[in-house]
This record gives sequence, structure tokens and C-alpha cells, in this order.
Amino acid sequence: MSLIIDSVAKRFARFPALNGVSLNAPQGAFVALVGPSGSGKTTLLRILGGLEEADSGSVRFADLNWLSMPARERKAGFVFQQYALFKHMTVADNIAFGLRVRPRRERPSRGEIRDRVQELLRLVQLEEFGGRYPSQLSGGQRQRVALARALAIEPRMLLLDEPFGALDAKVRKELRVWLRHIHDKAGVTSIFVTHDQEEAFAVADLVAVMNAGRIEQYGAPADVRRDPKTKFVAEFLSA
Amino acid sequence: MSGKFQNPTQDPLLLRIFLSLVAIGFVALFLVLPLLIVFKEALADGLGKAFAAIIEPDALSAVKLSLLAAGIAVPLNTVFGISAAWAVAKHDFSGKTILVTLIDLPFSVSPVVSGLIYVLVFGLQGWFGSYLLDHDIHILFALPGIVLATIFVTFPFVARELIPLMVDQGRDEEEAAISLGASGFSTFCRVTLPNIKWGLLYAVLLCNARALGEFGAVSVVSGHIRGQTNTMPLHVELLYNNYDYVGAFAVAALLALLALLTLVFKTILEWRYADELAAMHRH
Ligand SMILES: Nc1ncnc2c1ncn2[C@@H]1O[C@H](COP(=O)(O)OP(=O)(O)OP(=O)(O)O)[C@@H](O)[C@H]1O
Ligand SMILES: [Mg+2]
Repeated sequence: MSLIIDSVAKRFARFPALNGVSLNAPQGAFVALVGPSGSGKTTLLRILGGLEEADSGSVRFADLNWLSMPARERKAGFVFQQYALFKHMTVADNIAFGLRVRPRRERPSRGEIRDRVQELLRLVQLEEFGGRYPSQLSGGQRQRVALARALAIEPRMLLLDEPFGALDAKVRKELRVWLRHIHDKAGVTSIFVTHDQEEAFAVADLVAVMNAGRIEQYGAPADVRRDPKTKFVAEFLSA
Repeated sequence: MSGKFQNPTQDPLLLRIFLSLVAIGFVALFLVLPLLIVFKEALADGLGKAFAAIIEPDALSAVKLSLLAAGIAVPLNTVFGISAAWAVAKHDFSGKTILVTLIDLPFSVSPVVSGLIYVLVFGLQGWFGSYLLDHDIHILFALPGIVLATIFVTFPFVARELIPLMVDQGRDEEEAAISLGASGFSTFCRVTLPNIKWGLLYAVLLCNARALGEFGAVSVVSGHIRGQTNTMPLHVELLYNNYDYVGAFAVAALLALLALLTLVFKTILEWRYADELAAMHRH
């Protein structure tokens, strides 16, 4: 049940956003994607989430031909760079969304949904906030709602696009420990995009350094740090 | 520093008073006064006479016809407008700019010209004239023509209002919904539609007001058969030309009342859902 990304490429108009990205991660791994702005991190995540179509290449996950599955059947919990919470729904309704839209056979009862939402609100430490609208929350609170909403569907894969982008350093540190804890508890495979290499090296099992649509180096944080394979990685790490 | 603190965005007092007076004066002169005169003229011979002019059979038939035409045109244009805005705002396809330009066509063409186009197409001498005659289908000088003309003229209202709104909202929330397992249909109903409902309401009210009030295009295709193909605005004109001022103004006042009613309805909704509106606008 591992994740195998093989030579995935993507162009926008004539611009190559991904030039053949390959990456293997075991089931349950926490993979960090780092790299400068525009290096293709979001594009790779969107392809894994089914929000963008790859031009070529393949992805196998849990022994499934991942890229041929429609986004809604992948059960990939996506946490967006800009939250993308449903503005017109309360926090509780946002979190319940993924359960309510299930086909009738698979849909939990109202009571079960309510309990599950309560449980998730407790998990993200927002128990008192279920009745609020996203506009009435701080950036960090919105981010946690987005995470709870993605976790509600019991995802097989968590795709996190700079989930702590808008937060200050202290809160980020607290949240990343907590996120890692949630990842371990849920037993998912996570891909975590961040600008902050210190953060990546602190929480991830594996780090991929991206540049101009390619993976420059991929490995355990200690190995990447000890032995940068390219000049770019060395410079990126010393920045 | 001496002197009082002055709010940097505050204009001088005299200028503010002057601008306010201009605005109020303009509204009073060009919007409120004509409306008042309509009601005053309608009630010139007392409430009874005005009421009689409205419940008189020809007037009633005009009211019915207008409501029927709007009742058909507005839902159709609502469905069309939502579909068009959704396609333009949430999807990429070639010919998008052409579609947007075409949607604007009824706004840029004079309503009289729109009406004449229908005469050209469906009239006796028109393209389908003999076919329609042979099959005893009546479009011109009958309800279908009036409905078609109304649809044409009120075509852009909903799409025009929704396109910028939906473009502005982007696709983020729809993408989130899909990734959470929602189908396209359920994403539309649960995410897209609720996000545009206020703009949609406003557009539908405007579209309805225009559908009830349309004169030019309908006038060309209606044939002005009193009691049969006269809509309210056409009936007003007919009464006016026959020097029946009380009748004309009474029906006009009813038309104005319908418009005011929709505005009241909108205000009540806005008041009722003030919290939700505020939550949607701050983000
Ligand atoms: N929809 C699109 N149309 C055209 N070009 C795009 C599109 N999306 C991304 N790109 C381009 O693809 C490249 C990779 O973008 P991507 O968003 O994946 O970068 P990123 O690594 O996530 O950057 P950041 O750290 O700033 O979020 C960029 O050069 C971007 O301009
Ligand atoms: Mg990005």
C-alpha cells in the first residue's frame, strides 16, 4: 500500500510546471515537499488530489491506478493554501460536508455525523466554535477547520498545501507537532508542502527538494542535510 | 500641532452638504416625484374610480397577460442565466468571449428592433410564416410572441449579474467540495448556488421588474388586441391615448406598486438574513 509516483509531467500552455517527477513513499509516510516559489509543489499536490490532470506519467497508491480515478473517489483529504472553507456554512457544517454528500448507503446517520463533528472539533481544539462562520475565525483557526474537514472523510492520503503559511513561527511550531500526531493516529500517507525547510526537516520522515518542476533530491531529512546531491540543494539548505 | 484632528478621508463640510443636496435633489426630482404624480393622478377621481379601472375586464386581462409572460420568461432566463454564468466563470472553453458578447446583445439592441426581428422570423411574410399558417400555429399577435419578446429583452439580467460574482469567487470552494467526495450536481446545489443566492435574488427581481414593464419589443409583436394581447404597459398606453387619464394612471400605479412590492420583499429578506449576509461579505 505504498505511493509510487512515476515520471509525472504537466505543462500549462507552453510552460512546463512539472518535468517528470518520480517519488516513492511507504504507506503511512509523512513526506515534506520543499522548494522555491513556482517550483511545482502545488501542481504536484493538485495532480495527486485529482484537481489537475497530468499530461503523462503514472501514480499508484494502495495498488490503485490513482490518476485514472475521479477526484471524488480518491478520498484524498486536501488542505488548501487559501483554506477554501465554505463561506456560507458554519464550522460544524464545513466539517460535516464530506459525510453529508456521501451516497445514501454509505452516509452515516445524523447522530453519527454530529458525534463525528464533535470529535473532530475536539481534535482541532475548536469545540466552542462549531456554530461560527469561517469569517469569524482567525487564520490559524480556519486552518484547523480545513484540516478537520479533510480528516472527516477518513482520507487515505492527506495533501497539505502550506497549511501553516499564514501563521506566526510560534503557532506553527505548536501546530506541526500536533499535525504529526494526528497523521500518526490516522494512519494516512501525507504530503506536506512548506516553504519552511526547518519545519520540513523537523516533522517529516522523507523530504523532497523541488526546483523548476523537478525533484532535486529525495531522502530522509538527516541524509539530505548531511549529503546534498546538487549545488541547488546545498544552496537551498544553507539559505 | 495645533488644530483639531481631521479624518483623512473626510471632505470639507460644505462640499459634503452640497453633494448630499445634489444627490437628494436628483432622486426627489427624477425618481420620487414622477412616482408620486402617478399615484396622485390615479386617485384624481377618488379611490373607487381607480379601483374600477383596474378590475375592469380588459385591464384585468392585461394584468393576467403580463404576469403570465413574466411568469414564463423569468424562470427560463433564471435557468439560462445560471447555466451561462456557471459555464463562463467555472470552466475554460473556446468561444467564451463570444458567448459573453452575445449575452449582452439584448441590452445593446433597441427593444423595437428585437420585436421587429420576431416579426421578420414568424410574421406572415417571414421565414416561417407560411409553415406556421399551414399548421395553424399563432406566435405573432398571441401569447407565444409576447413571451418570446419578453425572454429576449430580459435575457441578460441574470447572467450579467452572476458572471462577475462567480468569476470573483473562483473555483476554490468547488474544488474543495469535489475533493471531499461531492458529485458535480451536489457541489452545484450545496456550494455554488448558496454562494450566489443573494446576487441571484437581486437579478431575478430586476429581471421580473423589467419583464412586467417591457414596452417596446412587446408592443411590436402583440398586435394590441384589447382584452387579449395587451400587456399592462400596452394597456396603459391605450387608455392614455383614449384620454382615459384616471384609467391609465390607475394601471400605471398598479405596475409601480408591483415594482415597489419586489423591493420591499428584497429588503425584508436582507433584514431577515442580515447575519448571514454579513458573514458572507467579510472573509
Ligand atoms: N493554472 C495555471 N496556469 C498557468 N500556469 C500555472 C498554473 N498553475 C501553476 N502555474 C505555473 O506553474 C508553476 C508551478 O506552480 P505551483 O503553483 O505548482 O508552484 P508552487 O511550488 O506551489 O509555488 P508557491 O510556493 O509559490 O506556492 C508556476 O510557474 C506557475 O506559474
Ligand atoms: Mg503553491
